[in-house]
Amino acid sequence: MKMEQFNDRNVADNGYFLVDIEDYPTDGWGKFKRVVKRSFRGELFVGLWVVLREMIKFDIHTVQYPEEKLPIGPRYRAVHEMKRLWESDTERCIGCGLCEKICISDCIRMDTKIDENSRKEVSEYTINLGRCIFCGYCAEVCPELAITHGGEYENASQQREHFVDYEYMLTPIDKMKAGTQMEFEGFGAITPHEDERVKKTPLAY
Amino acid sequence: MDTAYLIETIIKVVVILLIFSALAGIGTYFERKILAFMQRRLGPMYVGPYGLLQVAADGIKLFTKEDIIPTNVVGPIFKIAPVITAATAFIAAAAIPFFPQFTIFGYTVHPIVADLNIGILYILGVMAVGLFGPLLGGMASANKFSLLSAARTAAVFISYEVVSGLSILAPIMMVGSLSLIDFNNYQTGGISHWIIWSQPVAFVLFWIAAFAETGRTPFHLIANDHEIIDGFGTEYSGMRWGLFFIGEYANMFFISFVIPLIFLGGYGDGSLLGALGLIGKVAFFFFFFLWTRAAWPDVRPDQLMWLCWKVLMPLAVINVVITGLVMMF
Repeated sequence: MKMEQFNDRNVADNGYFLVDIEDYPTDGWGKFKRVVKRSFRGELFVGLWVVLREMIKFDIHTVQYPEEKLPIGPRYRAVHEMKRLWESDTERCIGCGLCEKICISDCIRMDTKIDENSRKEVSEYTINLGRCIFCGYCAEVCPELAITHGGEYENASQQREHFVDYEYMLTPIDKMKAGTQMEFEGFGAITPHEDERVKKTPLAY
Repeated sequence: MDTAYLIETIIKVVVILLIFSALAGIGTYFERKILAFMQRRLGPMYVGPYGLLQVAADGIKLFTKEDIIPTNVVGPIFKIAPVITAATAFIAAAAIPFFPQFTIFGYTVHPIVADLNIGILYILGVMAVGLFGPLLGGMASANKFSLLSAARTAAVFISYEVVSGLSILAPIMMVGSLSLIDFNNYQTGGISHWIIWSQPVAFVLFWIAAFAETGRTPFHLIANDHEIIDGFGTEYSGMRWGLFFIGEYANMFFISFVIPLIFLGGYGDGSLLGALGLIGKVAFFFFFFLWTRAAWPDVRPDQLMWLCWKVLMPLAVINVVITGLVMMF
């Protein structure tokens, strides 16, 4: 993909122009001329043609939401997920508590204990989605890439304070066995096909 | 008056009433679909295949909704206003020949309820009475937007009525009759005999007046949703509002019949092809009502009055004078 057209900031040469707006007529004869001109220039038919063209082209943009969903970008920060290690299928979370510390809305609560192998283990882990502002700090601070954001944005609930717990966020073991755990590409990840959609920002007229 | 004639007339009335009430519902479906397609949407899709049963759903909703008579309204007038709109729309249809006459089981049927000798005058007059619905309903509702709508109704009323009457005068002079059947028979000779070729100005003027008469988009100022909520319909609910709705759509269909009958040859020589041709013309004019709604902006009430009184009425008068001169010499 060539970048020249995006680096060229001189938009005036590429089809931008000032709209030529005439002065409003003040005398009766001028107003009459304007009426005649507007009546016979056929602008109304331009409008009719535009909508008819769109109807014939039948380029429908409707997304029938519950059946069809728009793809979301990889950076999208929705309800959190807990990942498993690819090697052993065990949980990545080491219970370090950094996410709890960094959470600026105090919505993460975790408890840890020492398990029988003398390893630190998460015994309780909840996120209050009623408080969570989905800032992404927890995912950013996590040294193990354990807590990430997922794509689940349909959060209907009976109360605002909808909690998700560790078991809910953890990748199911059968999904892990099937090897379909998705890594969170995270911050700075590029949306697929973003190059085609980027538009030039005109800086000067 | 013999019994057979009476029974035939009642059957025709019932058939017209049923068909056009149903068409008014289906018309809303077409309107929503066509507007949606022109705006790159899909329109109703969920109720039934391609949303076809949306009409039934709307009908059930309208029938079962509570009929609210708010406090402070003038009760009797508030209640009768929607009936005026719906009833006059159908009463006007009495003089419209919907089809050429045909024979069924050896019995010749004239698909017109009453072939009045003042047909077109009757249709325009009764259709105009329909505007008393918005006028009275708007004034009887204790609501400022309804009142604004009633004032606009009066403004529309005095504007377009002159244009439609004067524009139709020139074709009447040519045909020499007010019956729509005579209008049709005048143009049976094929496309070259259509009145539109000799009266293009009258055709355009009458068409414009038809938009004002039915209150469709360029002149959709009586119930302009984005300015005065639903205008006269703001305080109405349930089937009373539905009657306004049926009246509006039935009016659209009937005026779509009247325009081709006067200017575009109607059903022609009365063959099946001619009848189908009339349905095609009606479909086009109905489609045009929806088409303009997607394409054109609304005018202000003062612009409508300006247009009707300062532009269209002089044009109509000039048209009548020129027609008279041509016919005289």
